[in-house]
Amino acid sequence: MATEELPSQFDVVILGTGLTESVIAAACSRVGQSVLHLDRRSYYAGNWASFTFNGLLSWIEEYKNQQEVPTTESEQVWRSLIDEGEDLMPLSSVDSSISNLEVFCYASEEEEKEEDPTVSLPSSQPENTQTTSEETNSDSTEEQETVTTDDPIEAVVKTQKEGDEVFEPTEEKAIPEISDSRQSQEEKEQQPISSPADPPVEKITYQKLLKEGRRFNIDLVSKLMYSRGALVDLLIKSNVSRYAEFKNISRILTCRNGKVEQVPCSRADVFASKQLTVVEKRMLMKYLTFCLDFEQHPEEYQDSSEKPFMEFLKTKKLTENLQDFVLHSIAMVSEETPTEEGLKATQHFLRCLGRYGNTPFLFPLYGLGEIPQCFCRMCAVFGGIYCLRHSVQCLVVDKASNSVKAVIDTRGQRISCSHFVVEDSYIRDEQRQSTSYRQISRAVLITDRSVLPSESEQQISLVTVPSLESSTPAIRMVELCSSSMTCMPGTYLVHLTCSSSGSAQEDLAPVISRLFHVPSSPGEEPEEGAEERSKPAVLWVMYFNMRDTSALDSSSYSLPNNVHLCTGPDARLGSDYSIKLAESVFHHLLPDEEFCPPAPNPEDIVYDGDGSQAEGAGFDDTNNTEGDNIQAEEGGVAQEKSPSAESSEASENTESTTQETPLETTAQTTPTDE
Amino acid sequence: MHGRVKVKSTAQQEEEKRKERENKLKVFVSARDAVLKKRSAGEYDEEALLLTQQLLSANPDFATLWNFRREVLLLLETLREKDEVQKLYESELHFIEACLKVNPKSYGSWHHRTWVTSRLPQHDWTRELGLCDRCLSLDERNFHCWDYRRMVVKASGVSVEQELQFTDRLIGSNFSNYSSWHYRSTLLPQLHPEPVSDSTSNTSPSPTASPQTHSHRVCEVQLLKEYELAHNAFFTDPNDQSAWFYYRWLLGRAERDEMISCVYVSREGERVTVAFSKPVHAASVGLMLVLDGQPQQVEWRSTHPRFHHSPVWLCDLPPGSISDLNNEHNLTVHWTLKHTHRDCALYTGCVESWCRDSATDQELFRSELSIEKSSVLQAELQSCNQLLELEPQNKWCLLTIILLMRALDPLGHEKETLVHFQTLKEVDPMRSSYYSDLCSKFLIENTILKMEYAEVRVFSLSSKNLTILCHLDQLLLVTHINLSSNQLARLPHQFSMLRCLEVLEADDNVIESLEGLYQLPKLEDVSLKNNKISKLSDLEPLVSCPKLTKLDLRGNPVSTTANVQSELAELLPLVTSLSL
Repeated sequence: MATEELPSQFDVVILGTGLTESVIAAACSRVGQSVLHLDRRSYYAGNWASFTFNGLLSWIEEYKNQQEVPTTESEQVWRSLIDEGEDLMPLSSVDSSISNLEVFCYASEEEEKEEDPTVSLPSSQPENTQTTSEETNSDSTEEQETVTTDDPIEAVVKTQKEGDEVFEPTEEKAIPEISDSRQSQEEKEQQPISSPADPPVEKITYQKLLKEGRRFNIDLVSKLMYSRGALVDLLIKSNVSRYAEFKNISRILTCRNGKVEQVPCSRADVFASKQLTVVEKRMLMKYLTFCLDFEQHPEEYQDSSEKPFMEFLKTKKLTENLQDFVLHSIAMVSEETPTEEGLKATQHFLRCLGRYGNTPFLFPLYGLGEIPQCFCRMCAVFGGIYCLRHSVQCLVVDKASNSVKAVIDTRGQRISCSHFVVEDSYIRDEQRQSTSYRQISRAVLITDRSVLPSESEQQISLVTVPSLESSTPAIRMVELCSSSMTCMPGTYLVHLTCSSSGSAQEDLAPVISRLFHVPSSPGEEPEEGAEERSKPAVLWVMYFNMRDTSALDSSSYSLPNNVHLCTGPDARLGSDYSIKLAESVFHHLLPDEEFCPPAPNPEDIVYDGDGSQAEGAGFDDTNNTEGDNIQAEEGGVAQEKSPSAESSEASENTESTTQETPLETTAQTTPTDE
Repeated sequence: MHGRVKVKSTAQQEEEKRKERENKLKVFVSARDAVLKKRSAGEYDEEALLLTQQLLSANPDFATLWNFRREVLLLLETLREKDEVQKLYESELHFIEACLKVNPKSYGSWHHRTWVTSRLPQHDWTRELGLCDRCLSLDERNFHCWDYRRMVVKASGVSVEQELQFTDRLIGSNFSNYSSWHYRSTLLPQLHPEPVSDSTSNTSPSPTASPQTHSHRVCEVQLLKEYELAHNAFFTDPNDQSAWFYYRWLLGRAERDEMISCVYVSREGERVTVAFSKPVHAASVGLMLVLDGQPQQVEWRSTHPRFHHSPVWLCDLPPGSISDLNNEHNLTVHWTLKHTHRDCALYTGCVESWCRDSATDQELFRSELSIEKSSVLQAELQSCNQLLELEPQNKWCLLTIILLMRALDPLGHEKETLVHFQTLKEVDPMRSSYYSDLCSKFLIENTILKMEYAEVRVFSLSSKNLTILCHLDQLLLVTHINLSSNQLARLPHQFSMLRCLEVLEADDNVIESLEGLYQLPKLEDVSLKNNKISKLSDLEPLVSCPKLTKLDLRGNPVSTTANVQSELAELLPLVTSLSL
């Protein structure tokens, strides 16, 4: 544990490192506010986090074993820290935002180990040792996870981010040094694997998943970035984009009559589509062209702007085929959505097309969990202080003004602040006016094949699966390939998401069994010639529900005036909700300041006095420095991560450059202003 | 709290940038001077390579430096082992790649790359193709890259099939790309040539009378696939012209045989007129005139001194050779260069005679548009009509439909064609004059066909909004022409090809110039009421028409000028019936 005390006063204390909180932290820090950013978890990004496979298994265990920490004994201590006219408001120490967690493993065990198939989860303790022992046995070119600590969480944190470590936890535990060579070798190793040239023939066993577990970056929240959405705009505007790299979503798919097929949405898609007749092509293009500037043609839709979108589509002479495409996969709304909203959604989708390639979406390499961390990094660059596994136990509220004067942290330190920003899951039920939430149903699958195999194995696909009854919402599926750096080669990581009507398993299992082969026992293969054979096999699946607080606003809570609540993530595909919320909280805090103005280039930053030591020192991609650095109060600690900075410059003018060597096939995109 | 980030002010930044630029310039200039000094001193060494490399990576368009570099490389080549030469040139390729990143359209870099490839002992063509792919994915219209790629493809022997797939890929990612479509049109005839037997069986019984089909054609199975590809493109985006142009190429045009299409002989004036299938220069193509077995020494001339190349040529026979009505004569015109000839017999009692191919036999105007079989054209017309139903305002679709209709049955579709032309002029007013001219051309063609079906020598095309005259070489035998109530502004020089014209009616036009009424030997009656002839000098060409006796100029500005009567009498003394 840290020996030094935190400063006793901050402008803003932020609890929770999810996307909204992180954006607020970056925005405040950027305009000169002193920010203390805390998270009770050992990893960044809260419910937005990404985990390695092994990390996820530990997260599952942690969640199952989570208990309310008795607060009675601390109560006394806190009382001693407050003055007359002040009151305490304790925060929740248990995160109850995740529920109905179920895990099933269908990957076969190694032959010699005939284990009970229903035991899907190894217990947490052997979990970690198993990983390490596996790796010790592996061939010598494979880097070994040299973690010898017996603290599983530490291992999780360590393995969570490989290669592109941005932040380390604040715990100053000795983390083994990892040399530069490890870094470069790992990068070299990833290149050939991500190329589709060498298809893995061998069967993927559970042991293999564990052994290659660090190749996974499994997101708890599954979202894509609309290339003209609020998040991408913010990344560009704030220059935070330089901290991350992105890949195009290469295909938009849908599932009609049990068959997965490509949705033609761009001009090139429509041209190439084999399933549409030429007349359908014309009708679709005509309709999409109309949607692009539908406001200019009010006569076309005015009469039905309040009526359901589906009815409007029917009047547009679109065939049933096309209606489905437009409704479910392009507008991504339900049949009952009012026409005007449906048109707006279609328009948004179309405007996003073509900004970064022939697709409206981007996905961050290494998973969505990267994004909150990028904003945290920006916050740290401008002096924000980070502590993980460090929470606020209670708030000190000034009775007269009903505002928070200070917080009392995990270590019992009283820290004054003028504003307190907090994620919903830290709030106790006593402070809630209503406890009925919406839920998001999630499933995470590891599969052995794509739902729609094509020439290239390296496709990232968005699949919309319309529900069988029109009343229930469509299910959204994102299939990630290994070059997205979220799963091991030879596997696909599939995220399913929908608004819940029951538990995640109830909502999603029927779709999974429709699209995938779910073995009846681990390693079981479907019979020769059976329909099941053509489907990808599920190796591992996890179901859970996540609380969706996005419908709540300040009236749903009874909280002091200067407490700002961050709700979400919501169930939608984009992150606009969270970004808009962050912006509105920021303007509430600092009405006269600009929200995330462009960060200066590193060479334009003036270092004075104690800054000198930070320049060029240590805090780079190799993991040999610690979270201490973030507390080290250095403005410039976060050096440019050179690869992304390079590509962000290069892609500014794609017309004039051949950025990569000709044989490099992966198209990576970094959002920059065109 | 410390750790606040201080940012340099804009002024500071600009000052720094300015200084940086200044330094850069200094470095560049001194390096340049050093290089040029080395070159004049003849120091062709490694250092020269290094220095030029530094300069060129900053400015790859410095041609002198590339030249110097080549000189150095050529010298080093002679001094080194083969392995080292390979390495030397490989590193050169890497360096050029870096230069292309600075400017992907640098002439110098691409040229140097071509040069290096020609010197390189061992090639890695896959790499070069990869580089081209990369460049084209960034800018599919980079013609430097297209050129270089063609060189690589040729040198490395990439199969035509693979190249066709390459165009598939490029067209798939963006079909608004002429380069790819055009490349495709050069590959298809190589890969799927039209079977030879097919083309001969298509020709009509009389081999001389049929326009031959030629290479550049593609076999039918593949052609149907290509039509489908083009449909996909223009149904997806009917406003994109690249697919329409490709489609027009697919429909194909006949390349007409070069031949003598008409020989006309007249006792009066003892003159022979010859018409060719395309403009020629008579003096240099080896024309030979044989009269009753005797080769004749004649002087060929075109119908108007302006024409050096012309489809119509004429010559005078020696006086007295055919003037006697009681003699029968056989005339042959040989086109020795093309090994072709045409006979013409002039019988007793006839004042004139001719021998020719008619436009109807030749399907002349149809094959100019397409030589596809009518079943194929019919199917294509259907597709286009389907698109027109969805896009009634699309000009490309309208125009293609017009062309298809003409290729199928010009007379049968005349009405619809005119309606479509009207729509075209409305939806694309910028090009309405073009459409008017095209429409005039088609109407003239139709009238020629009708005239020939009726076997008459009268050409009448009044009140049709004609804006231009064309195909006048086809009207060689016409004696009466009526062009009244159109919008003609002139009677062009080609009008002089109407060798048999006696009566011209061109009232109610906007004619200003009569330049084509030149040496028309039989022209007697010219009616030009209500036109725009304003000056006496405009009438001067008429002086050359020896038989002109009747002239109607009512309603022209010229008829109101002073002394017009007397001046005209002086200019055209033979005109006995003058209306002003």
